[in-house]
Amino acid sequence: MTSIEAHVQQPYKYGFVTDIESEVVPPGLNEDVIRLISAKKGEPAWMLEWRLKAYRNWLKMNEPHWPNVKYGPIDYQAISYYAAPKQKPKLESLDQVDPKLIQTFEKLGIPIDEQKRLTGVAVDAVFDSVSVATTFQAELAKFGVIFKPISQAIREHPELVQKYLSTVVPINDNFFAALNSAVFTDGSFVYVPKGVRCPLELSTYFRINASSTGQFERTLIIADEGSYVSYLEGCSAPMRDENQLHAAVVELVALDRATIKYSTIQNWYPGDEEGKGGIYNFVTKRGKCAGVNSKISWTQVETGSAITWKYPGCILQGDNSIGEFYSVAVTSHKQQADTGTKMIHLGRNTRSTIVSKGISAGRGQNTYRGLVKIMKGAEGARNYSQCDSMLIGDKCGAHTFPYIDVRNSTAIMEHEASTSKIGEDQIFYLRQRGLAAEDAVSMIVNGFCKEVFKELPMEFAVEATRLLGISLEGSVG
Amino acid sequence: MAKQKALLEVKQLRVAVAGNEILKGVDLTIADGEVHAIMGPNGSGKSTLAQVLAGHPAYEVRAGSVKYDGKDLFDMDPEERARDGVFLAFQYPVEIRGITNSYFLRSALNAIRKHRGEPELDPIDFLQVLEQKLKAIGWDDSMMNRPVNEGFSGGEKKRNEILQLAVLEPRLAILDETDSGLDIDALKTVAHAVNQLRGPKRSFLIVTHYQRLLNHITPDVVHVLADGRIVKSGGPELAQELEAKGYDWLRDAAMVS
Repeated sequence: MTSIEAHVQQPYKYGFVTDIESEVVPPGLNEDVIRLISAKKGEPAWMLEWRLKAYRNWLKMNEPHWPNVKYGPIDYQAISYYAAPKQKPKLESLDQVDPKLIQTFEKLGIPIDEQKRLTGVAVDAVFDSVSVATTFQAELAKFGVIFKPISQAIREHPELVQKYLSTVVPINDNFFAALNSAVFTDGSFVYVPKGVRCPLELSTYFRINASSTGQFERTLIIADEGSYVSYLEGCSAPMRDENQLHAAVVELVALDRATIKYSTIQNWYPGDEEGKGGIYNFVTKRGKCAGVNSKISWTQVETGSAITWKYPGCILQGDNSIGEFYSVAVTSHKQQADTGTKMIHLGRNTRSTIVSKGISAGRGQNTYRGLVKIMKGAEGARNYSQCDSMLIGDKCGAHTFPYIDVRNSTAIMEHEASTSKIGEDQIFYLRQRGLAAEDAVSMIVNGFCKEVFKELPMEFAVEATRLLGISLEGSVG
Repeated sequence: MAKQKALLEVKQLRVAVAGNEILKGVDLTIADGEVHAIMGPNGSGKSTLAQVLAGHPAYEVRAGSVKYDGKDLFDMDPEERARDGVFLAFQYPVEIRGITNSYFLRSALNAIRKHRGEPELDPIDFLQVLEQKLKAIGWDDSMMNRPVNEGFSGGEKKRNEILQLAVLEPRLAILDETDSGLDIDALKTVAHAVNQLRGPKRSFLIVTHYQRLLNHITPDVVHVLADGRIVKSGGPELAQELEAKGYDWLRDAAMVS
């Protein structure tokens, strides 16, 4: 397999560090640190109480070790829980944002200044623990759409935040969700009012820069009755020998007839060839189709992180609601991923679709873990699951753990799975037609992922294809 | 007929796969515009010859040389050979999931055009080129928007190989058992297309076990490969003789020599 493997590994291109003066809280976690974070964010008292409650829950919980991944112990007292660039950005005007920050995001392909910003996409740029800029806020406000850093939303829209925060992911849902609830620093808040189709793609870009810190993002998206929103997140981090923890919580709420489309392009630093360094991406993402005929669709392209542990799921509560999960997960070098979804059918005639594509290369280990649960009242529920694994080389692994729990006899379940190997014969066939070996690998992999890529917003589909090219093979023009 | 320039010159070629020597000294010269057929019993090394000329990495060249258009063929990567006009119609074409035939073929054609210093074709220009080619061989475009070979019948896969040949316009087309698995109608369709694609600047090496394809494509030269060597060469009438007498008499001759 040598000629294929030669094209499988490529250096990480987003591993630079921005030299900027930061305010970093000393490492360690206790109630004082939480009070400090809350004070820095200018939060109301109820928010602090909520955080402290989460923290006290967390203290009683144990780190989960059931995922199919291996890593050394994490010292939660060695992590700094807050880091922010010193010059405090004024969100009203980009002129006051440190040019180094603007340059950083530009280098990452996320231009945020007025002249260069992406058309058709509103961007919230989060740098370590703070949001440094959010574009198109005023334009969105004309439609009644709220798109702003969550810390700002807590101050400005407490009634919305209080009504929905932790209604999908309870503060004691799991160890990392509890930790996030205690110490989360920034993330995005979206509210789309009744009957509004959000006119722009909304996007948040998360950048970790400071060392010895963790990033704890919190995102809350609410789509009111009959509304539609498409949201995309991207992320990257510098190359470092240490492991950094990223423990996010994302909650989505779709009311009657609302649709939320949530896409992720995850490109955290994956560590080096020997598995040194890289981000631990331990994330809880869940959506609730609370209303009738509502729909939540998750699409993820996971190429980065040393370890990925995430199961974006849907609680299908409203009758006729729809949950979807489309995933491409790539593990190369010594990356490990244990990812999949949970579809919980509560309402009648609820439907879910799962399409998972796992690609393993190098010594990567890729696990699909999914739960489809049809509850007693979910008359006429349907699920379709498809899990495909592709192996590149002979030192990697693919694993599939589909759990099915059906408590209503009217349910219809379909499950398909396949495992394939990119072979010399496939590569040779394409080379014999004139394609270079790396273009051949790229074509085979892109074809394999096509069903997922077509779910991405058009602006990002090209980016995803390109990213997959980068993490899998030699540079392709 | 005026003596044509040699496009392919194979000299004393010895090739092994997984440690077993399959070709044991093959000599073969194909001039521009000539159609050569290689026949022989199963296991004689016919497909090995086709694969090694195209550059399959599993085949180990132990001795001998191959000159293609004056260049050392073994100095070229498989994709370089392809861009320079060597085309192999595979015996077992592989499937490429999620990639349409049309996208695949345009990518291949553009790789070749780039090599020739010609501008790459956008999807609209490509469609025009494709239509001309299809018209020339009398086929429709029904296969173009399906994923490469995925869900194709055996006959469709073989037709797809010939379609690629038509679009990519090679100088040396190697057909590896293109007739196997084809019913008589499909065989005629494929043979008709190949005949349309013959020309003074295109040579063919047709590898086949049976003579029936050669009823429809008349070769200039027929070679018999047995036990890793070419044991007999002749005109089209040799194919008829083989059909009547089988291969055993030649294999015995090869053993003796």
